[in-house]
Amino acid sequence: MDFGLTDDQRDIQRTARDLLAERATFARVREHAEAQTTDKALWKEVCELGWPGIAISEEHGGQGLGTIELSILCEELGRVVAPVPFLASAMAACVIEQAGTGAQRERWLPGLASGKMIGALSGAVDGTAELVVSGAEADLIVLVEEDGSGRLLTPQDAEVSSVAAIDPTRSAARVSAADGAGEALEDGCPGLGRALVAVSSELVGVSERSLEMTLAYVKDRKQFGVPVGAYQAVSHRCAQMLLDTEKARSTTAFAAWSADANPDGLAEAAAMAKAAASDAGREVTASAIQAHGGIGFTWEADVHWLFKRAQIDATLLGGAGRHRAQVAAILAERFAASPAA
Amino acid sequence: MDLTFSDRETAFRDELRAWLAENPPEAKPPADAGDDAQFAYRREWQRRLYDAGWAAPAWPTEYGGRGASQSESAIYFEELGRARVPFAANTLGLLLGGPTLMVWGTPEQKERYLPPILSGEEIWCQGFSEPDAGSDLAALKTRAVKDGDEWVVTGQKVWTSGAQYSKWCMLVARTDGDAAKHKGLSYFLMDMEQDAVQVRPLRQITGEAEFNELFIEEARIPDANLVGGVGNGWKVALTTLMNERAGLGFALQIRLRQLLDDIIAAAAEKGLLENPLYADKISELHVRCESIRLLAWKGLTDAERYGQPGPEGSLVKWLWSDTNQRATQLAVDVIGPEALITGTNWSYELLRARGNTIEGGTTEVLKNIVAERVLGLPRLKVAA
Repeated sequence: MDFGLTDDQRDIQRTARDLLAERATFARVREHAEAQTTDKALWKEVCELGWPGIAISEEHGGQGLGTIELSILCEELGRVVAPVPFLASAMAACVIEQAGTGAQRERWLPGLASGKMIGALSGAVDGTAELVVSGAEADLIVLVEEDGSGRLLTPQDAEVSSVAAIDPTRSAARVSAADGAGEALEDGCPGLGRALVAVSSELVGVSERSLEMTLAYVKDRKQFGVPVGAYQAVSHRCAQMLLDTEKARSTTAFAAWSADANPDGLAEAAAMAKAAASDAGREVTASAIQAHGGIGFTWEADVHWLFKRAQIDATLLGGAGRHRAQVAAILAERFAASPAA
Repeated sequence: MDLTFSDRETAFRDELRAWLAENPPEAKPPADAGDDAQFAYRREWQRRLYDAGWAAPAWPTEYGGRGASQSESAIYFEELGRARVPFAANTLGLLLGGPTLMVWGTPEQKERYLPPILSGEEIWCQGFSEPDAGSDLAALKTRAVKDGDEWVVTGQKVWTSGAQYSKWCMLVARTDGDAAKHKGLSYFLMDMEQDAVQVRPLRQITGEAEFNELFIEEARIPDANLVGGVGNGWKVALTTLMNERAGLGFALQIRLRQLLDDIIAAAAEKGLLENPLYADKISELHVRCESIRLLAWKGLTDAERYGQPGPEGSLVKWLWSDTNQRATQLAVDVIGPEALITGTNWSYELLRARGNTIEGGTTEVLKNIVAERVLGLPRLKVAA
């Protein structure tokens, strides 16, 4: 067993970390969040590096790398709350690549790989999705119903109206499609498992960064003459943040590996990852605000961007409860088949 | 990233699994058969492991082991756990005493003590904790005074499992009352077969007595039984403690997995997996259990491959103990009141699990370790 990244994967991680540390500072994020605009310059750079196509096959203009590489980028972009439509586009591509017809792949994947087109993916109830991340700027929107049936829609196929979600670093839209609008995707929407890995990875990045910022703050902030991080009420909270983050990280890494090396195990692994990452994202970012004290509740501090991103991602494609229900269904099936499993 | 086992590791697992299938232990004595019968049963089991060369695969071949890698050793404990076999009678000698001597012992000590540890002829126990030195181990007060070529030891130890069956005790005592707390300690091998050492069973909330108290009144230890030199006891003790978590963790983790599988099977049979309240709790435990497995393996293989242990070690024990408590508690809801009848495995596990967050480092201490050593947070100065 080896949980380490390959040299190439490490290079991808390092390149992303370095670039984003420079180009996606919280000052920049704040600027775009307050103006409610996408960071076009950053998106252009990300596209030039070929990131949106990292896991799309070479045949369709991507880099043809795996889910682990995609996971690395999602985590890095999550760490900085990047104001770009990367996650939504990558998730849509995951589904089109596996659930789309040959013609659909030909038509959409090259554009998604180059970043010339923007995709979005959301769960929907009877053709309506109340909050589609990056939906207001998307060229194509994939809606997946509870029963696993999926549809590929262009903005012309549906009513798309911009909404102001609590996370202003990405656009959002309400999307409503009439019965029969758009094109059907393969039943069960294969590819959703990889999309779940992508959003879980972003949550891992958000959690990790929240912990880092919190540690820096509680080592520096003094009350009663000592750094507040010396108090166990605070330090044990930080330890819990690490535990939650590592639970999310380990299950997400397992799901990313499963997607590439053990696809039969992906449905269960992805549901476990999304359950753990959704819980971690909410808990860890909430803890970050609490540990920052009064300043953590101000607009001026940056932890709220992480909290808001986590809130959106935690519900994206179903929250922890929904994915635990999915795990339970898989367990029920396994134990019905062989009670002594 | 490759989350599969190598061919060599798989062959190791297959060989052990086949041996366990062909050589299962005798039927376990009934729960009311008494401690002596239970211990004799574990002793016999160790003898069989020993005869087949499976008593301590992680030991180097020169000492009778198989020179197994850390991963293979973890597989060893996973398989023992999976086969639901008892722990070997001399588990503390095999896991703690032997490896500590291999690091700190003299050639004479290794030659004298290692073979009977492996065969189970001589049982070992651990004399570390004291009534006033639990988490704060270095505050221990048992003292050893030099008298010619012997040491005279007086004090009290607690949580000494297997003491009534032990020949040797890994004893940490204060040899210099004037030195700083950690520096005045030395590590001895104390012969338990002397009148100056009295063993009193310590009955725990399960009703059984896994542990004992030791009352030591001028016990004699020859100078030759000092391990690692005078004043070096803290370092030697740390070697012992580091080994405490490594292997056994994998066996305990598999036992949690089995317990959870039993709960899921019972829940499935009662249709409770379709009940959202139960389904949610059971799934959460399943996710935690998987996470424990992944974190344990990540911690071990990162250390093995990259020589750099991550934060996983401290997290695994914390997460395992908390999850085991939750699982045994949920079992009561799934099984029903029968699970609270004395003598059932469910009720035993429920009670025994309360010790998990205390033994081998309390959760509170683990959180301190994570905060200080992993996260680099400052330590609050406590008034001495």
